[in-house]
Amino acid sequence: MSMIKVTVVDREGESHELDAPTDMGMNMMELCKSAELPVEGTCGGMAMCASCHMYLRSDHSLPEKSDDEEDMLDEAFHVTDESRLGCQIHLADDLDGLVVELAPVG
Amino acid sequence: MIQTDILIIGAGPCGLFTVFEAGLLKLRCHLIDALPQPGGQCAEIYPKKPIYDIPAYPSILAGELVDQLMEQAEPFKPGFTLGERAETIVKDDEDQFIVTTNRGTVHRAPIIAIAGGLGCFEPRKPPIANLADFEDKGVEYIIKDPEFYRGKRVVVSGGGDSALDWTIFLADGVASEVTLVHRRDGFRGHLDSVQKVMDLAEQGKVRLLTNAEVVGTEGDGKLETLTVKHKTEGEMSLETDHWVPLFGLSPKLGPIADWNLNISKNAIEVDTFDYSTNVPGIYAIGDINTYPGKLKLILCGFHEATLMVQSAFKRIYPDKNLVLKYTTVNGVAGF
Repeated sequence: MSMIKVTVVDREGESHELDAPTDMGMNMMELCKSAELPVEGTCGGMAMCASCHMYLRSDHSLPEKSDDEEDMLDEAFHVTDESRLGCQIHLADDLDGLVVELAPVG
Repeated sequence: MIQTDILIIGAGPCGLFTVFEAGLLKLRCHLIDALPQPGGQCAEIYPKKPIYDIPAYPSILAGELVDQLMEQAEPFKPGFTLGERAETIVKDDEDQFIVTTNRGTVHRAPIIAIAGGLGCFEPRKPPIANLADFEDKGVEYIIKDPEFYRGKRVVVSGGGDSALDWTIFLADGVASEVTLVHRRDGFRGHLDSVQKVMDLAEQGKVRLLTNAEVVGTEGDGKLETLTVKHKTEGEMSLETDHWVPLFGLSPKLGPIADWNLNISKNAIEVDTFDYSTNVPGIYAIGDINTYPGKLKLILCGFHEATLMVQSAFKRIYPDKNLVLKYTTVNGVAGF
């Protein structure tokens, strides 16, 4: 199994270093849920609810946001230029060392 | 008062299938849902998305699944209380539950099945500290009666169809002033609505503030001023009578959290023998329950509903023996 390291900073500012498989078709929302971090993922990963809103905190270059993702961020709050939906960040080998921070809820 | 055998809270796929399984046992059902239409998330969030893990359907649109479930439940004539939220629950002296909605509709049943998914869909509220002070005093999350805004100054926030549609409607001689605030330049609504708003802005009928968001509310007893923060130009004040933030809906567990049920991580703990909660007579099925090994899948909810109604039957008729009858033998005899 192919693994990378990913760091998630929770809403209390605590860092969680997670082992993330890159051959399971997983995304950051699912990874956070499997690590029992407080990410809802209400819609299940279809970019239709914005409950996995997070900020990119490392200088990895992620694929451009799709229109769906950009549209859904309209329904989130505390949106910045670093905002992404976790469900749209697909775990891949080139994301080793990725750092994200969970956006506030509500 | 509405009397039934099983009162189902939540009209999503799991609640709808409960009607069918209960019907086979000659138990009548009534459903309450906060949304105005049945189908839960499938109808509200992703009706046009295909689902691939419903047994025997290689692919089915979520909206179609809801239609099929409605058709399957139809012979058993379920009742619906839609657009109302189940608010309170008490027991009467005949061991029946009385459930009252936020609009005062009263229901009575010996069995409650909570199939509430992730909770009730409620408007997303912007994170402004004193926002609650102005709710219904100038801040409204849903436009119930557009006439309410006649001759008033209105600020609408959001970038979707409802924000665009209401902006267009209110600007057509209803409100005295309409301002639309949106966090970026692009809008996600229908292209012709976007064009119409742009045209109205050009004609001076709508004030368009893009790359901006409302960050503060002020007023003496009612809303008077909004603070709007522009991405590059800083903050400005905006005098207004009303602010209508339209940021979609998100599910909240809501009043069920106060029903004295054992709750863990926003879900109701159940016994996997029959999906009963800690309160005898109240069951929880589908995404709203939790137990070791729980998977939030529609197909698991169907299984839970099926076992749950068996237990409910025995609770209602302790002296009757239940025999599992196959639909292939007897068909489906409705009410």
